[in-house]
Amino acid sequence: MQTLYTKLKQLFKLGELTEQRQDLAFITVAQEQLRPLLLHLRDREGFTHLVLLTAVDWMEEGQFQLTYLLNDRAGARDIGLRVMLPRDSATMDSIHDIWPTAATYQRELREMFGIGFPDSPGVNDEFILEGWNDIPPYRRDFDTLKYSEENYSHRPDRETTDPAQHMKQQLYPDEG
Amino acid sequence: MKEELKKRVIKGPDGFEFEVDPLQDYYCEAPPTVQPAAYQKIVEKIFNWARSESIWILGFGTGCGAIEMRPLMTPRFDAYRFGVQWRPTPRQANLFIISGYLSTKTLKRAIRSYEQMQNPKYVIGLGSCTINGGMYWDSYNTIKRLDDYLPVDLYIAGCMPRPEALLAGFEEMKKIIRAGKAEGGNLYAENFDWYKANQKKVIHDWDMPEHSW
Repeated sequence: MQTLYTKLKQLFKLGELTEQRQDLAFITVAQEQLRPLLLHLRDREGFTHLVLLTAVDWMEEGQFQLTYLLNDRAGARDIGLRVMLPRDSATMDSIHDIWPTAATYQRELREMFGIGFPDSPGVNDEFILEGWNDIPPYRRDFDTLKYSEENYSHRPDRETTDPAQHMKQQLYPDEG
Repeated sequence: MKEELKKRVIKGPDGFEFEVDPLQDYYCEAPPTVQPAAYQKIVEKIFNWARSESIWILGFGTGCGAIEMRPLMTPRFDAYRFGVQWRPTPRQANLFIISGYLSTKTLKRAIRSYEQMQNPKYVIGLGSCTINGGMYWDSYNTIKRLDDYLPVDLYIAGCMPRPEALLAGFEEMKKIIRAGKAEGGNLYAENFDWYKANQKKVIHDWDMPEHSW
């Protein structure tokens, strides 16, 4: 992975490299560097498969992190590209023309995180949710408990116990 | 409103143009009516006995609990020896097992399936999710009480209940039917407005017929 990183470094402006395992590493990339880098990895380095495209909400830093995980089947290795986006009005270029499957991931991210992908086919269609009327639910400032209490009626006599305390009471009732 | 449910003009293969209003033409939107009991008590008792021995389950798995129905259909637990069988369509079924958590998206389909079942029809809530939300009690897209949206005859508690619990549940269901207490379909018809109001409170984009019959 280190050799690949030094090779890529000569061609692209790259951020830091995090080596998770021998065959798995992550590189932080600037937003505008992503597309040429993806094309290079796909066509020259054998990373032909887009494993997943997902997002992380770094609310405190005011950023979204997009992770593009690519797989090189022949070389049995994975590489993850991290792109940081500003959190408010986050938009990213679509990569559906490089991997058509990306359109589905982008549609999901559009719905669950509210990250815009202009020009991605069907990106504004409903994906999992139907008739959603709040902020995207995977954003960390979305309060799922509050939403569920406001929208769904709860059975009043529901009791909750801490599992550890409960089992302690059950197994060792003398120990107070 | 979904595109296919909108009123529109269609040109047939013979070139003839005609108007289609799916909500009127394909569905009967009239609210359901209460089905009165037989005029003699003993006849109703025989009916109920017969009904209890013909439990046909709608093969619709709403949540993870559906996985517990597979071993019941196979020789290991073999629910068929109790006179229970699964059917592929709501028109041929009279028992709807809500198997586990029910998201609002699935609730739409569950309501439509339930309404298409013929009277008398029964509902079993399987697993703690249908009772009080279970482990999804703080989830943003699952309902917490099934009996707000559909009339439930019996709950089987557990997360998940074993297939044996379901078999015991079927036996219990038969007792309820024989006692003439399984009046879910009539309850739904009597409190139709209340159920509809509850359903519409959680389904924000109501794009289906009022009553899918």
